[in-house]
Formats: sequence, C-alpha cells, structure tokens
Amino acid sequence: MRIDCPFCGERDYSEFAYLGDADCPRPAPGAEDALQRFIDAVYLRENPAGAHRELWYHEFGCRSWVRVTRDTRTHEILEVRLAGEDAGP
Amino acid sequence: MRYSLASLLRQACSGHRGWAPAWRDAVPKSAYEVVIVGGGGHGLATAYYLAKVYGLTDVAVLEKGGIGLGNAGRNTTIIRSNYLLPGNNPFYELSMQLWEGLERDLNYNVMVSQRGVLNLFHSDAQRDACVRRGNAMRLHGVDAELLDAVAVRRMLPFLDFENARFPIQGGLLQRRGGTARHDAVVWGYARAASGLGVDILQHCEVTGLLREGARVTGVRTTRGDIRAAKVAVSVAGHSSRVAAMAGLRLPIESHVLQAFVSEALKPLLPCVVTFGAGHFYVSQSDKGGLVFGGDLDGYNSYAQRGNLPTVEDVCSSGMALMPAIGRLRLLRSWGGIMDMSMDGSPIIDRTPLAGLYLNAGWCYGGFKATPAAGLCFAHLLAREESHERARAFRLDRFATGHLLDEKGQGPQPNLH
Repeated sequence: MRIDCPFCGERDYSEFAYLGDADCPRPAPGAEDALQRFIDAVYLRENPAGAHRELWYHEFGCRSWVRVTRDTRTHEILEVRLAGEDAGP
Repeated sequence: MRYSLASLLRQACSGHRGWAPAWRDAVPKSAYEVVIVGGGGHGLATAYYLAKVYGLTDVAVLEKGGIGLGNAGRNTTIIRSNYLLPGNNPFYELSMQLWEGLERDLNYNVMVSQRGVLNLFHSDAQRDACVRRGNAMRLHGVDAELLDAVAVRRMLPFLDFENARFPIQGGLLQRRGGTARHDAVVWGYARAASGLGVDILQHCEVTGLLREGARVTGVRTTRGDIRAAKVAVSVAGHSSRVAAMAGLRLPIESHVLQAFVSEALKPLLPCVVTFGAGHFYVSQSDKGGLVFGGDLDGYNSYAQRGNLPTVEDVCSSGMALMPAIGRLRLLRSWGGIMDMSMDGSPIIDRTPLAGLYLNAGWCYGGFKATPAAGLCFAHLLAREESHERARAFRLDRFATGHLLDEKGQGPQPNLH
C-alpha cells in the first residue's frame, strides 16, 4: 500500500503511523449532551466496508498529518489531502 | 452415528462406505425461537449449548458461506487462559476447562493438545509483569509457572538466549495451554448441535433485519425471510456491518491480522512460544509446519489480506527469537479480519434493540474462547441475564468506564 503524500509524493505506508477514523472530531466540551458526544467520539465507530476517511501521520517523512480516503475492502487509496485542509462535503 | 473404536473397526471392515454426513445441511423454516447469525465456532457452539444445556432446540445457525470457512479456519489454533484481569481470567479459565472435556462432550476428536504456552520475558520489567500475571492466574486457581533462563534453555535450547538487545531471562509457562484443531472444533460443534435438532443453514447470508418498532423480529436472508423471537449476532470481524443493519454503531474497528505456516519440519517446538520483545507467537502443527503470527497490519480493513511490511516484521521477530529458522520457507500466509474493540476485550450482551443479542469484539482471542463464548452467549439468550463468568463483557462498559483493558493501551484498537 502506497500513500501519495501531498509534500513528499508517493511513499510506502510503513513510513506512516495510523490514527484511525477522521470523522470523529472532539465535541464542544460545553455542549449540553457533551458526555454522550464524548463517548461517541472516543469509542463508537462507523467502521465501514468501503470508503473510509482516516488520519495518517507521515512520521518518517514530512511529519504532516494527512487525511486518506481508502477503500477498506481493497486497500485502494482514493484520495489524500493534508488534514488541515477543508474536509469537503 | 456415535464415533468409537467399535464403529471405526466396523467401517474399516466394510471399506469405509458406511459413514454418514456429520451434520444435516438443513432447509430454512419460516420461523425459529433463536436465529444465530454466523456459522463459525462461536455461533455453532452457542447453538450446541442452547440445545444441550438450556434445552432450546428450535434454533437455526445462518452462515453466508460454508461453515468454518471464515475466521474459524484462519486463526493460529492456540488455547490458553493466562489472563490478568479479574473480568477476563475466570471466563478464559472456563473455556480452558471446557476444552479439556470437549472431545468426550462432543464425541469428536478436536485434537486438544495441552503442550504448554510459554511467554518469554527479556527484561526486569517484563519479569515483574510476568510475576504479576502468574500470581493473578494462581489466585484464580489457574496453573502458572515462572521459569528462569536455565529452565527455558532446557526446554528450548535453540532459542537465541544471548541476543544482544533482548536476552531471554525466562518465561511464564501455562502447562495446560496448548493448541486444538480449529476445523475439527467447527465440525464437532456442528455435528453435535445438528444431532440435537439445530438447523445449520449454509450459503444463507443475512441482508437485513426484520423490525417491529424497536424490536427485532427476524432476519432477511438470501434464502428468504426468517422470523425469530431472538436474533443472536456472532460474526466477529464483520460485527459492525450487521450492527449497521440495526442502526447501531459499535466500539469496534475491523483490522486484518496475518498468519503464516512454514514448510514441514521434524518435531522442533514442544510447546507454544511467544516472543516478549516483539509480537510473535509460534507453535508447530502435527503436520510439522510452524504456525505463527504477530501484529495487526494496523489499519481498518475488510480485505482478508495484508501488506508485505507486516510479513517482514513478523518474520524478523521470528528470526530474532529462533535464528535456526532462517532458511525455512513459508508455505502460506493469509489474513483474517478481527473485531478490534476499543479496550481489547470482547462483548457478550444485549443490544439497545429488544430481540437482538451481540457476541463480538474478540480481537486476537476468539478461537481459545470458543467453548466459553458459546456457553455464555447461550446463557444470555436462554436466561436473559449474563453468565456469571461473562458479566464484565458488557456493551455499555465504554460509557460507564468499566473498561477491560488487559494491555493498558487506551481506546486505540490497532494497538491492542
């Protein structure tokens, strides 16, 4: 599996560290239902079979966090963006 | 047909032409008391104990492929009960005790071999952790022995004891641990359950759930709708996908774990060995191949195959432990999909939907748990309460904070 890092170009995935699902952002701590939201964000996952947006850290490269969209059934990488960029629709 | 020496001799004299199929490949009825989704070891064991212990025989086991062709056929066949936490240890010890009597119970040779499981340690800190684990096991009545380097060397003289970075200082040995034949476990449970009246429905994939409000009343399958008072999901690896049919999200990620078998050798390894300085576990099959595995690949996957860096990592751990295997050739490698839970421990519990029950989150540990998971899941289905040995495996423990984090790793499934 090779990840096309926006800075470094295409690199083997073993240069990267995996964090996981990119779509469970930290909730606002002041929200009324913050406790439930935190439980959801920390523990519950969609875990889809198909396109999965996930965070990887280019540890042995530019040390950027990248957001990879990857098909979990085939390991095909569909899109790579810097994590700080607009998340899109 | 009961298997015995007499039946074997009778068949031998008649050219082995009289053996009947071991179980009935049933045709689906329109309704059952309990429908078990997933015809792996756990699902079939659940059906068997439902029928045998709890007297419920109006049970169907649904399998999307053939039975035993999923994770039950992809593990490294190790059985052990060397767990640390009070919520885990008694459960796995129950499983170990069931393994010890399983062949008589099922009248089937599942080839349980109590050859011992040895966890090596390579530093003072690891020794302390092994002492603690061994003491915890003995407090629960489980056998554990601490071996020093001399004793380990006597058992396994070919290990790399003088490794400059990771010299072997000793090991924690559970003599009652060992291996079992994974396929035979599936076949044995299927035969015994079928003999008690359970329907085994192969090539019957669940595509949706039948609902009446917040109650699950059956399943939609590729062989038609089947109604059931209780639907029991036992599909580790794919639990999230079945849960999604019910609109539930689980504290689980699916990850690929690779395993390997080498070409056959003459008898070399007398027990199961785990390398403490990396993640590597190995045993020798009765056919002579070394069966081994290591870490997960580390990313979400349903692909049932992994990548080469993990192959290299696992094999280099093996070389660090046993340099003698350097010229050994790999025969096969394969990948299985694990339900990696957020604390590394399983779930046997009700779900928020009435009529839907969950057995999931087995991480690396599903095979050894097969008998106890079946018994405890059957208990939950029959009695509507958790089995006393499985009370800690609650689905809501992530919300209440009663986590069972054997490794102390936090909610990062790929690190458990």
